[in-house]
Amino acid sequence: MPSPGKSKWAGVLRTPVGVSAATLLAAVLLLAVVAPLLWSDEAAAVDTGQILRGPSAEHWMGTDGLGRDVFHRVLVATGLSVGLALLATAIGVLTGLLLGAAPILLGARAGRVVSAMVNIAVAFPGLLLALFFAVVFGVGASGAVLAIGFALAPAFARLTQTLVAKVSGLDYVAAARIAGLGRVRLLARHVLPNVAEPLVVNATVAAGSALLAFAGLSFLGLGVQAPAYDWGRLLADGLAGLYIHPAAALAPGTAVVVAGLAFNLFGEAIAKGVGLRSAPVVFRRRDRDEPVAPAPAGEDRRSVLAVENLRVTFPGGTAPVRGVSFALRRGESVGIVGESGSGKTLTALAVAQLIEEPGEVTADRLEFRGQPLHELPDRTRQQLLGTSFAMVFQDPMTSFNPTQRIGRQLAEVSEQHHGLGRRQALDRAIDRLQAVRVPAAARRAKQFPHEFSGGMRQRAMIGMGMMGSPALIVADEPTTALDVTVQRQVLRLLQSVRAADDVAILLISHDITVVRRFCERVLVMYAGRIVEDLPAADLPARARHPYTRALLAAVPDMSTELERPLAVIPGRPVDPARVPVGCAFAARCPFADEQCRGADPPLVADREGRRVACWHADVTGGRPMMAEEVRVGE
Amino acid sequence: MSELRFEGVSVRYGGHRHGLTAVDTVDLTVPEGRVVGLVGESGSGKSTLARAAVGLIPLTGGRILLGGQSVRRRRSRPPLQMVFQDPSSSLDPRMTIGDSIAEAVPRGRPGRRAEVIRLLELVGLSGDRARLYPAQLSGGQCQRVALARALAGDPRVIIADEITSALDVSIQGAVLNLVRDVQRELGLSVLFISHDLAVVRYVSDFIAVMYLGRIVEYGPADQVLARPRHPYTRELLAAVSEPVDPGDLDPALRAVADTEPADPHHPPPGCRYHPRCPMGPAVLDDRDICREHEPVPQGHPHLAACHFAAER
Ligand SMILES: Nc1ncnc2c1ncn2[C@@H]1O[C@H](COP(=O)(O)OP(=O)(O)O)[C@@H](O)[C@H]1O
Ligand code: SF4
Ligand code: SF4
Ligand SMILES: [Mg+2]
Repeated sequence: MPSPGKSKWAGVLRTPVGVSAATLLAAVLLLAVVAPLLWSDEAAAVDTGQILRGPSAEHWMGTDGLGRDVFHRVLVATGLSVGLALLATAIGVLTGLLLGAAPILLGARAGRVVSAMVNIAVAFPGLLLALFFAVVFGVGASGAVLAIGFALAPAFARLTQTLVAKVSGLDYVAAARIAGLGRVRLLARHVLPNVAEPLVVNATVAAGSALLAFAGLSFLGLGVQAPAYDWGRLLADGLAGLYIHPAAALAPGTAVVVAGLAFNLFGEAIAKGVGLRSAPVVFRRRDRDEPVAPAPAGEDRRSVLAVENLRVTFPGGTAPVRGVSFALRRGESVGIVGESGSGKTLTALAVAQLIEEPGEVTADRLEFRGQPLHELPDRTRQQLLGTSFAMVFQDPMTSFNPTQRIGRQLAEVSEQHHGLGRRQALDRAIDRLQAVRVPAAARRAKQFPHEFSGGMRQRAMIGMGMMGSPALIVADEPTTALDVTVQRQVLRLLQSVRAADDVAILLISHDITVVRRFCERVLVMYAGRIVEDLPAADLPARARHPYTRALLAAVPDMSTELERPLAVIPGRPVDPARVPVGCAFAARCPFADEQCRGADPPLVADREGRRVACWHADVTGGRPMMAEEVRVGE
Repeated sequence: MSELRFEGVSVRYGGHRHGLTAVDTVDLTVPEGRVVGLVGESGSGKSTLARAAVGLIPLTGGRILLGGQSVRRRRSRPPLQMVFQDPSSSLDPRMTIGDSIAEAVPRGRPGRRAEVIRLLELVGLSGDRARLYPAQLSGGQCQRVALARALAGDPRVIIADEITSALDVSIQGAVLNLVRDVQRELGLSVLFISHDLAVVRYVSDFIAVMYLGRIVEYGPADQVLARPRHPYTRELLAAVSEPVDPGDLDPALRAVADTEPADPHHPPPGCRYHPRCPMGPAVLDDRDICREHEPVPQGHPHLAACHFAAER
């Protein structure tokens, strides 16, 4: 069985940059190994007849002061240059690992002392450290290796610290601790393997820098000493005769640059490949910077939203929303429930015109306050949405600009859309914050988003929606991150906004008990379709769709019978890329038969206007689903 | 004996000046073979209490006893195990689930492989899954594996911290059923932590309610749910069972209902709940005692820490 992660590394090699960098690096490493074996003699051969000659057919890069062939010397020097750089990197990485892992190895207190020292060391420029250590360890190759190694160490220590701290906080490390694993085993088994990727990437890049630093030290005479030679030494030798023949300096110089680049590029390529996993869908916040336009005329007074056959598709044929139809009237509260991935949020975003390329929205009808959103010119549409539509997201932290005061951000809406002046707009912002019951609104308007608690931010978000006069508020999991008492505060606020201003509310939640307590009508979504639409008062007894009934039986509420096991819905939710033919719920449905697997049931309304999409809704209907009817297991 | 007992347990984070006392002199008992549900808002100290019990966080004060003996002086075999909230981070992604479980089987025990398979089957997974990696399992299945790992050390007590909160609703039921079955079959004592009162109600014999580092109510589950004695517990119950209406309350009630949760760095003096209490000094003017004196938990077996616990 493949370990997860291997394929990522293979993926790096499939990008053009990755391939070139890998090839270059492989060539450099190969040369480092074979060149000293093959050409040491040629490189050492002294020819007193050919001292300091320029390039010729015999000596491609000319000769040095003893008549030795520069080209061969540069090739052979690859071994020492790369080898010493790698050695220095290894020392740096190992020292850094030990220092960085100190909090785990030594315990918290000693770990803090080590971290403090590391933090000080990181502040020093690396080259300065290297020079310092070079002096301490003495002039020569081993001194230089230690110097560069220790100069690299603080950065790795810091990196290791950060990574280790992140992984140590994860529950599996805690679990291993509870199981009594020793510190060293904990580090080796659970921590290091999970921080290896970024460390390897950084080590590769660092090897490039070590190479350059080493050349520098040797060039200054602090590194490799004659008769041994690396690129830095060759450079120093060549520089002496720079005016007579530049090739002797250019050749080792080029070698340093190429090899350094090979390491760096390769490191960067892996970093990209490992770090940048697909983020195909990007949603854009609606731009509020549209100028003011006249209010649309001639709308149906009670209808707020009419959606027919709404589809959201992505390239490659995935359709996470597959033909959704519903309507909202003024002052109505409708909830959408479904598991994660069922298409709830995409439906909301499509209504709000927030689906970005390459996602595509189509609908037979998509009318907001009687205006066809699809056909309106951009300006008019944004004006319409900007003044009478509001959206509240699960995490309001991401909906606010962290660098601006809350009051300013609310005021901006009115400056843009209602043509208010700065002062007036701010007054309205404070008034709206009061309306959403933010205590001490004038003072809190001057605060930044992070100074608000989760519940307060959610209120401010609703307040922002109420800067205009909204006809519809779409709230997507607005209380999921909040505690029950705070959740109730926010839901009550929405309820009172609805009652006071006749605002329609579309509440999206995975929690059927929340929706049931808040809404008049409930839409149940499964695999991108509405499978049931019924009055909240009909739950749970009159639910007709097997999925709705299974959901109700699987989630305990305050009246769940304690002696029975909870119902289990077998299998997993449908992957939008692989929607089966027939009823999407068939694989998990205890009542599925040939008809279900053959054709997708249409959403049909009964006389009371309740809708359900199930071939056997009436056969099994009316009776609450018992736990025994669903297979146990996942 | 496998009764788990917290006696005057305090845990403080951070230094003298900027620190906060996340758990403040808590007394709590998980009777042998019973499930105690612990509810409270996030930040009230539930996880801190759990982590202190399994030794992940040092105590600032008090002691934790298991069967009358301090858990600090335990030998290598850990009698207390914990299951965590997030299935995606509770298993090492680079280890097969079989290895993760095997690691928790006490060393030197013969037949580790067979033990791993037995544990997997105990939590309703087939033994041949041992070679899979966590990424190849669903969230619910990962939680089963985490439970199997916790059971590997033959614990007498399990601490479950929000183990269903990160799961999709269709899977929660399966995990809750499993916890109940395993608890009954093995006679484990369980401290079951959740912010979800309905979930706690379903699995617990006793319920403890935590607010800002203190236990404010504790008692048999049916009594706490049917006749809550602390105003905070009543709020919690109302929040999950009543329809959401705009709440046309009188202004004083409205104000306390909208009050923000207190900052744990600066807990209010007296009763910590008083700024939000609908029966407290912000609403009724004869209740200055709530601002000045912290109520002590009283009553047996159903205790509450409120000066006016007797009234409604
Ligand atoms: N490692 C920590 N350092 C400092 N404060 C913490 C730490 N962990 C939790 N806290 C704080 O301690 C309090 C209790 O947290 P926690 O035990 O996680 O509560 P709960 O589990 O009930 O949500 C909170 O105020 C929280 O911010
Ligand atoms: S159509 Fe068939 S498979 Fe689909 S929910 Fe109804 S009974 Fe089940
Ligand atoms: S002591 Fe006072 S403030 Fe505290 S819960 Fe009781 S009535 Fe409310
Ligand atoms: Mg917690």
